[in-house]
Amino acid sequence: MDLTTAPTRDERRITVTVNGEPHAAEVEPRLLLAHFLRAGLGLTGTHIGCDTTNCGACTVLLDGRAVKSCTMFAVQADGRRVTTVEGMAAASELHPLQEGFREEHGLQCGFCTPGMMLSAMALLAENPDPTEEDVRWALSGNLCRCTGYQNIVKSVLWAAEKMRRQNAMSAGGAQ
Amino acid sequence: MYPARFRYEAPRTLEEALELLAGHGDGAKVLAGGQSLVPMMKLRFAAPELLVDINGIAGLDYHVAGPDGGLRIGPLCRHYQLERSELLARSHPTMAAAAPLIADPIVRNRGTLVGSLCHADPQGDWASVMLALDAEVVAASATGRRTIPMAEFVVGTFQNALLPSELAIEARVPAAAGSVSGSYLKLERRVGDFATVGVAVALETTDGKVTRAGIALTGVGPHNIKATAAEQALAGRALDAAAIERAAALAAEAAKPRTDHRGSAEYKRHVVHTFVTRALARAERKVAA
Repeated sequence: MDLTTAPTRDERRITVTVNGEPHAAEVEPRLLLAHFLRAGLGLTGTHIGCDTTNCGACTVLLDGRAVKSCTMFAVQADGRRVTTVEGMAAASELHPLQEGFREEHGLQCGFCTPGMMLSAMALLAENPDPTEEDVRWALSGNLCRCTGYQNIVKSVLWAAEKMRRQNAMSAGGAQ
Repeated sequence: MYPARFRYEAPRTLEEALELLAGHGDGAKVLAGGQSLVPMMKLRFAAPELLVDINGIAGLDYHVAGPDGGLRIGPLCRHYQLERSELLARSHPTMAAAAPLIADPIVRNRGTLVGSLCHADPQGDWASVMLALDAEVVAASATGRRTIPMAEFVVGTFQNALLPSELAIEARVPAAAGSVSGSYLKLERRVGDFATVGVAVALETTDGKVTRAGIALTGVGPHNIKATAAEQALAGRALDAAAIERAAALAAEAAKPRTDHRGSAEYKRHVVHTFVTRALARAERKVAA
């Protein structure tokens, strides 16, 4: 499906910065942000789970804040910054959260993982030293059907610690 | 799931938004946080011809104390802002208790209080809080403004008192006299679920006596219910065990629960009694302290 050329009655030109790169497209107003990312830009790391605003699998960051991309229209992202799981780190690298999920076995089937990691990324930007309770609270809008919550929480705490160490080291190096 | 096709407008001013609404009868819908409207559109329960997205209008995301101590909440004030609000934590205990219990953290990043009131879901939490606080909704149209008391704003299940040409531009909580206490208690099967039962309690007390009591119920009727008899039973009284029991019994009587997958009608009525008792007992400890 090429959403950039599909003929429709009412299309809007939007420009969305996705993972640091600006993308211009003509979209129908009813196109959901999740579909724009997946079908329009080929960024299939954003998963669509329940499609009814319950599960959080489609979570992306909109100007740094976690949102459910199945519950807003692509036109609403015009002029804004979107971060998906593909944009967490360069292709050859892992973000500390991705590393944490690997180290602590934070994924089983992996379907909820991108949404979990983006919610966690928003948490750690706001609170670099969360308690276990803080992590559970921040992830309470993301459902894991494998029920792997224990290890997901451990993964986020692992990443938080690594990011704090990295920040301390780079702060020390700057002096 | 895809919503039906619609025309999309994103006005930059309130005046433009009101002009758009004026010309479209009941075919137009206002898009604020969209956390209820977009799912409704995807499920085709709603199929507006025109969607007026107000997110591009600057200056609507406020919640501020007015000169008289009342609170004014703008139509783009999102749940997360209220959850993190020092103003609410300091002086609006019922609202501060409710904010973290709305939906889930991701939905709270987008959804708005005023939008929740307009959606008029009988399981919506904010409508009960606003009923307990005797709040008002300010409605604007291209031809003028009017203020609608919360008790008249929700007219039925998913039905509010707005005319098709009107936009809810503010919720107003009146200033409190004396010392305020209160809470919002919500029974939910999991985070993000709708309330099985929710109870909002807002009290004003002077010298240990209740000067104003607000009690409202979520999820136990065709719309949020203001437990007026229970409120009146507390007015002018100290919060002793007898007064608390009387108010809890009257509130349980005011509930009109239905048996569904969340519980039996009898169970829900029992929870109303328990929650009102608990909320008033907490308030009593605060008043005594």
